[in-house]
Amino acid sequence: MSDKVIHAIYDDDDVLLKAVKEVREANHHIEEVYTPFPVHGLEKAMGIANTRIAITAFLYGITGLGFAVWMMNYMMIEDWPQNIGGKPSFSYAENMPAFVPIMFELTVFFAAHLMVITFYMRSKIGPFVKASNPDPRTTDNMFLMEVPVTGDEKELETFLTKTGAVETKIVDKH
Amino acid sequence: MYTFSGKLKTVSLVLMIIGALSIGYGFFTAPKTTQDVEQAMAHDSGHHGEEASHGAPSHGDTAHSEEHSEAEAQSHLEHLLHQGQNRPWTAFFIAAFFFLMISVCVLVFYAIQWAAQAGWSIVLFRVMEGISAYILPGSILLFLFLLASGMHMNHIYVWMAEGTFDPSSENYDAIVAGKSWWLNVPGWIIRSFIYLFVYNIFRYLLRKNSLALDTSADIKIYKKNFNLSIVFIVLFGILELFMSFDWLMSLDPHWYSQLYSFYVFASVLVSGITTIALVTIYLKNKGVLPFVNNSHIHDLAKYMFGFSIFWTYFFFDQFMLQWYANIPEEAAYFWPRLIGSYQLPFISMLVMNFVFPILILMDSDFKRVPWFVVAAGLIILTGHYIDVFQLISPATVGDSWSIGIPELGSLAFFMGLFIYVVFTSISKAPLHAKGNPFMKESEIYHY
Repeated sequence: MSDKVIHAIYDDDDVLLKAVKEVREANHHIEEVYTPFPVHGLEKAMGIANTRIAITAFLYGITGLGFAVWMMNYMMIEDWPQNIGGKPSFSYAENMPAFVPIMFELTVFFAAHLMVITFYMRSKIGPFVKASNPDPRTTDNMFLMEVPVTGDEKELETFLTKTGAVETKIVDKH
Repeated sequence: MYTFSGKLKTVSLVLMIIGALSIGYGFFTAPKTTQDVEQAMAHDSGHHGEEASHGAPSHGDTAHSEEHSEAEAQSHLEHLLHQGQNRPWTAFFIAAFFFLMISVCVLVFYAIQWAAQAGWSIVLFRVMEGISAYILPGSILLFLFLLASGMHMNHIYVWMAEGTFDPSSENYDAIVAGKSWWLNVPGWIIRSFIYLFVYNIFRYLLRKNSLALDTSADIKIYKKNFNLSIVFIVLFGILELFMSFDWLMSLDPHWYSQLYSFYVFASVLVSGITTIALVTIYLKNKGVLPFVNNSHIHDLAKYMFGFSIFWTYFFFDQFMLQWYANIPEEAAYFWPRLIGSYQLPFISMLVMNFVFPILILMDSDFKRVPWFVVAAGLIILTGHYIDVFQLISPATVGDSWSIGIPELGSLAFFMGLFIYVVFTSISKAPLHAKGNPFMKESEIYHY
């Protein structure tokens, strides 16, 4: 197996979407597609599985809620149950309305922040991460599809040109 | 075009007949004199002893001690008599208000869709117009109830009692008398009439223009409805404040809350949107809404979810601020609900209106499954019926409440009437609002 890939460059997102469908129908594997902006329906055309980040956010939210309940139950009810302005600190339930703002905020805080961190980790984004962009034009106005070369590379190149690519080049992948 | 199925018509008529009989039964069996109350108390004496001590703080602290005098016993009996007499009236009021406000809020939601130039909801316009057809019969029935209250046929509104504003009377209540510039029967009836008139006139005009747009496709009519919708939203927003003060908050004339109107609005708005979803799913199952796809259902379910949380937010804001400060005149309102005999409906309503929707309707895939939305919708509607119940009942029936024949009968009657009026109206016009410029967008709407 060679480690060569073809970079097919497109200049229109509609052409790209059609090309992705054609390439998949011709049973070529698409390694990656680089676009300057979100192309609606691209992940569906590429057959990428749905994200599960909403599920993680829900679980993080429950964690935050649990943390808030545990924290305030320990501090306000168990550790030092003082009479503060006549609030009933005999049990958590009796003083619960006073804790709801914190329970709510910590739920949102955990859900939001941990979900964002999960997103960074899963998509490998960080402050000093080297940009993995094969062609700087894909951040501006070009769309790039990366297809690994298996078999005849000339045939693949003409096929990709036929799908509307304005430029193709064969690159060695290290 | 939808034809009102004979089966549904029979169901609605049966509901109405059973409901009307039960309402009549409720009025017939309500206690007439204090002797009736005494007899009823003797029937379940062991049970009542417990109830009385429960209810004690609402009548004053000493009234129930051993040495209470004959006069005090008599006044206690009278109190119970009024509660018993109020029960069928309260049941009628709750159901009448609930169904009327559902259809009014559907009209508000409809006007918001016009004013926002929403692209997704045009295929549902005829459904919304159909549901808002109930405004006319609903407001007539509610107005009859309000007139009867104003003519002292019941004791629902305590500030209407004889002598409340008269310093020489033993009924004199200085706090309520200070509010008599607003809370007086003539002004109250006139204001009530204005609210109902505004609902009806805008429903009439919006519907008329919408039907005219069907045949002419004239953009002028579209713009007219757009402007009317904006005027209606503004007017409704202002009148809704006073409407909930007049009809609901004045049940407890000693208590006041600034959030109350928004709270009531949130409660009936989410019920209205839920009703749209239920009627839409029913009609879609009948096959008369070919352009409604699961993206439309998904959007409605999102609104149900969002406004359930919106309701919870207002509920909690109002409750928590008064619970936290615990000023006696405010806390007295929540005492019967949180600790007293209304604890069960109060807590269960919170579970039904908040916990269930948030868990059931959070998942995006579930919101596209019709039976799931129907299940969530039935829970939300039941929850908000209980919500309206606990808004009204503690002030009028007090501890003598229960959910029995009068309550369920009123509910059945108004549900039957609602179904009958709504589906008759839906069957009168084609379900496809042709002339609307956003119709195409709505037909191919996909989320």
